[in-house]
Amino acid sequence: MIATEFEYLAPSSLDEAVSLLSQHGDDAKLLSGGHSLIPIMKLRLAQPKYLIDIGRLLGLSYVREDNGAIAVGGLATHHTLETSDLLKTKIPLLPETAAQVADVQVRNRGTIGGSLVHGDPAADLPAAALALGAELYLVGPTGERLIKADNFFVGLLATAIAPNEILTHVRFPLLSPKTGTAYVKVPNKASHYAIVGVAAVVTLGSDGRCERARIGLTGVTHVPRRAEAAENALAGKMLDDGAIAGAAALAADGIKALSDIHASAEYRLHLTQVMTGRALKLAASRA
Amino acid sequence: MAISRMVGARIKRREDPRLITGAATYVDDIKLYDMQYLALLRSVYAHAKIVRLNASKALAGPGVAAVLTGEDVRRASAPLPTAGGVEDLKVPDHDAMPEGKVCHLGQPVAAVIARDRYAARDALDLIEVDYEPLPVVVDVEKAMEAGSPLVHEQFGSNVAYTWLVEGGDIEQAFKDADVVVKQRMTNQRLIPNPMETRGVVAQYEPGPGILTVWSSTQIPHILRSSLAALLNLAENKVRVVTPEVGGGFGCKLNIYAEEVIAAVAAMRVGRPVKWVEDRAESFLATTHGRDQVAYVEAAATKDGRILGLRMKLIGDLGAFHQLFTPAVPTFSGLMSTGIYKIANLRSEVLGVFTNKTPVDAYRGAGRPEATYYVERIVDMVATELRMDPVDVRRRNFVPPEAFPYTTASGLTYDSGDYELTLKRALEMAGYQKFREDQAKARQSGRYVGIGVSTYTEICGIGPSAALPAAGWESGTVRVEASGKVTVLTGSSPHGQGQETSFAQLAADELGVPIDDIVVLHGDTSVVATGVGTFGSRNTAVGGAALMMSLVKVKDKATRLAAHLMEALPDDMTYSEGRIYVKGHADKAMTIQEVTAAAYRAIGLPPDMEPGMEATSFFEPSNFTFPFGAHIAQVEIDSETGEISLDRYIAVDDCGKAINPLLIDGQVQGGIAQGIGQALYEEAVYDESGQLLSGSLMDYALPTAAMVPAFELDRTETPTSVNPMGAKGVGEAGTIGASAAVVNAAVDALAHLGVRHVDMPLKPEKIWRLVQEAHGG
Repeated sequence: MIATEFEYLAPSSLDEAVSLLSQHGDDAKLLSGGHSLIPIMKLRLAQPKYLIDIGRLLGLSYVREDNGAIAVGGLATHHTLETSDLLKTKIPLLPETAAQVADVQVRNRGTIGGSLVHGDPAADLPAAALALGAELYLVGPTGERLIKADNFFVGLLATAIAPNEILTHVRFPLLSPKTGTAYVKVPNKASHYAIVGVAAVVTLGSDGRCERARIGLTGVTHVPRRAEAAENALAGKMLDDGAIAGAAALAADGIKALSDIHASAEYRLHLTQVMTGRALKLAASRA
Repeated sequence: MAISRMVGARIKRREDPRLITGAATYVDDIKLYDMQYLALLRSVYAHAKIVRLNASKALAGPGVAAVLTGEDVRRASAPLPTAGGVEDLKVPDHDAMPEGKVCHLGQPVAAVIARDRYAARDALDLIEVDYEPLPVVVDVEKAMEAGSPLVHEQFGSNVAYTWLVEGGDIEQAFKDADVVVKQRMTNQRLIPNPMETRGVVAQYEPGPGILTVWSSTQIPHILRSSLAALLNLAENKVRVVTPEVGGGFGCKLNIYAEEVIAAVAAMRVGRPVKWVEDRAESFLATTHGRDQVAYVEAAATKDGRILGLRMKLIGDLGAFHQLFTPAVPTFSGLMSTGIYKIANLRSEVLGVFTNKTPVDAYRGAGRPEATYYVERIVDMVATELRMDPVDVRRRNFVPPEAFPYTTASGLTYDSGDYELTLKRALEMAGYQKFREDQAKARQSGRYVGIGVSTYTEICGIGPSAALPAAGWESGTVRVEASGKVTVLTGSSPHGQGQETSFAQLAADELGVPIDDIVVLHGDTSVVATGVGTFGSRNTAVGGAALMMSLVKVKDKATRLAAHLMEALPDDMTYSEGRIYVKGHADKAMTIQEVTAAAYRAIGLPPDMEPGMEATSFFEPSNFTFPFGAHIAQVEIDSETGEISLDRYIAVDDCGKAINPLLIDGQVQGGIAQGIGQALYEEAVYDESGQLLSGSLMDYALPTAAMVPAFELDRTETPTSVNPMGAKGVGEAGTIGASAAVVNAAVDALAHLGVRHVDMPLKPEKIWRLVQEAHGG
């Protein structure tokens, strides 16, 4: 439980951080809250030669309204998300999700940027980011680029961020009128990661029918993903029990689920359906 | 007993301010001049020959002082001891560091001693080991089959022992039965995980030839004797110091390889050596708990009387015998009949080796298993007979007038009134009302259940003749010349709070302010002799020794006061710290004044020695048998299988209460651990003997947020085994809890035809039961 020797670097600006990252390449790792990185370093599964601590950079922990969206700095902690009045009013799915991350100690240290970039297949925030259509802003040596959450999670612990990029902030588009959101999960009782977690965002039209639904899944398979078949099944429907059950039954379509000591693939697929139904029902009731 | 002011009061723990402000000293806080750090290379195989081990690169590593291999340790130490405790036991040599082969994951194969823990850890990666993997057996029942891989080839079998306890006529009981209920049940393997992992600091002073070992242990005196014997040192040249201990639950009731290796290392490098177990090591290298398979059969009449129990218990011992490894499953056998008047018993216990970490005592040590089996089978008898499980319990309780009661297994229960705790618990739970609500809930598709567990257990361990190791305890009281009082106890509390409760006893007996009392323990140079803390014995045995010494001190003080006041000792009264001729309280000497005179030593009676001190040894005549009734109430999510533990009620009777606040703390922690076994905890190995649940990310310990607020009450049925009437309470909560929770969950699913489910009740398991019931 002791990491290999590394050099600790604490840049004082984002530019300096990007420059250090470019300089040290694969030998470097970014440290923000450290709640994913430090444990794997202690197990020597990660052995960076340089640890670039961006956790001390000022000005990246904000939550603010910005031109049709809520912008959240990459260093905002889960606790910040959980307690932000602005988010509670504008994007309540984020506080609801953040409140279900691990425990108080982790929420006080872990950051949204760290959680999204690490891309743990059972982390909570990726499901919410997918359901909310989040836009991630990455800064690298050649400047800033935007990537949608839909394109960000690419594989097991793999995201679309380049080794020399830093996630500076995430924009969550403001919710349309008559939109309801919900995050529900069955936790692994040891780690409190999701065995299955489902984030749902549903928008109703003026006729009360479902105009748009987005469903983010986590825990079920090797990468956080959307439940597109279920989303499509809801379009134009009144969100009664039958419609929700019909959509939930499609939530696990085409998914090859994980299997481990906590849950079999079969059970994960079952939970995906059950929890999708619950998330949709709750979201619809809030729309 | 003197007029009681402190005993029975909810006195706050005197230990806590230092513990919660970080001002306490644990092993890892000890820093000695030029201290080196030890790291262990551990086997990555569960069963393998060590073909080659080359440490030369590690020895040349930065800051490395020495590398120890199996040969070095074998030359310096005998194999680790076991207390045995059963006849015809197969005992393999358990080398602290094996040379030829490893028998479980995590066995130490080499040690690096270096300038700091970082250098020591880095050097581990420089050691080259070639293993030749051997066939592995992890399943205890497969280990008993012919042709199974053998953990220790020399025995020709993995069965280390067979032990039997019988009473009455079991064959006749089953012939007379109207119904027979059978069930295979398991107590899964648990990983103790005390908040403070183990740790050792060893220092050898070549001048006087003294070895000092600081260790986070429950048994400093046994460790001292054992280290002396293993290392061939004189016992009076070994000192063991146990500083603050952050929990043990039985897993620090042992003589461990690392204690030996650190001592050998300190002698080798001539400098102090520290080893502190990290959490990952703790999962592999500290003894595990439970791990039994039981085949239980009950014979009953149609009116719910249980005539007999036939049990076969298979204890998975792991790869070696640690101190109490073989004995623990036999405690389950002895406690087979629980609190029931079951005259006919046959309980066969087998101890079987597997390629896993050794199992040893873990909170309850054999009694939680026994309670679980009997409390589950009683529920099954009730189901079979369509009776309420509470009625079956009442029909079979040992009645209050039957005490002392001798069980079919030969134990003598000291005292009990089982209806007392059950009645109170049922009232608190609103049991009848719940049953009515349950019927309605079921109609609306909800799965709600209530589970009762009525238990007794063995505390105050115990009479030396009944144990594989000594069962007495020592207690010393010294009134210092200044009047302050020092209590020395051989009990070595590891978090339970005896610095508070023993001070309460002394304050009341001597009539001195509690703030004047210091309770010392855990240093073999300070407390001359002792046995240690296990089996809920600190108060019932250690407290009793203290009481004997308090009486002796009072007696001496009274005799001296009489002499100084020119009165007869028999005419004196000792009350609230003042000694006077009966009826003349105005002309009193205080205990402090008398003590000062005893140290000044002028004008003492001719037959009296100076000083004011007494040491006593209490050898209990019997164990004590506390008891209680626990009730759990659950609701099951039929779609996910998740269990919500909505209420938990416990009424415990641990005899006379010294400090109810401490008792509540013990009960609450105990219940949480019992709930942990019922719902969450499980050591999972794969077929190659790798531990899949080897971290807190995969092994679920209950946190405060994962258990309900406990509803507690207590009754007091004293014991006559010791002068306080106190029985012990350290393990009771755990012993009662697992069965209550599982009974509640099975009750919630009973209408689906579910009769039993093995722990832990993970959601997927429950979901599958529901699916099966629905023909899914």
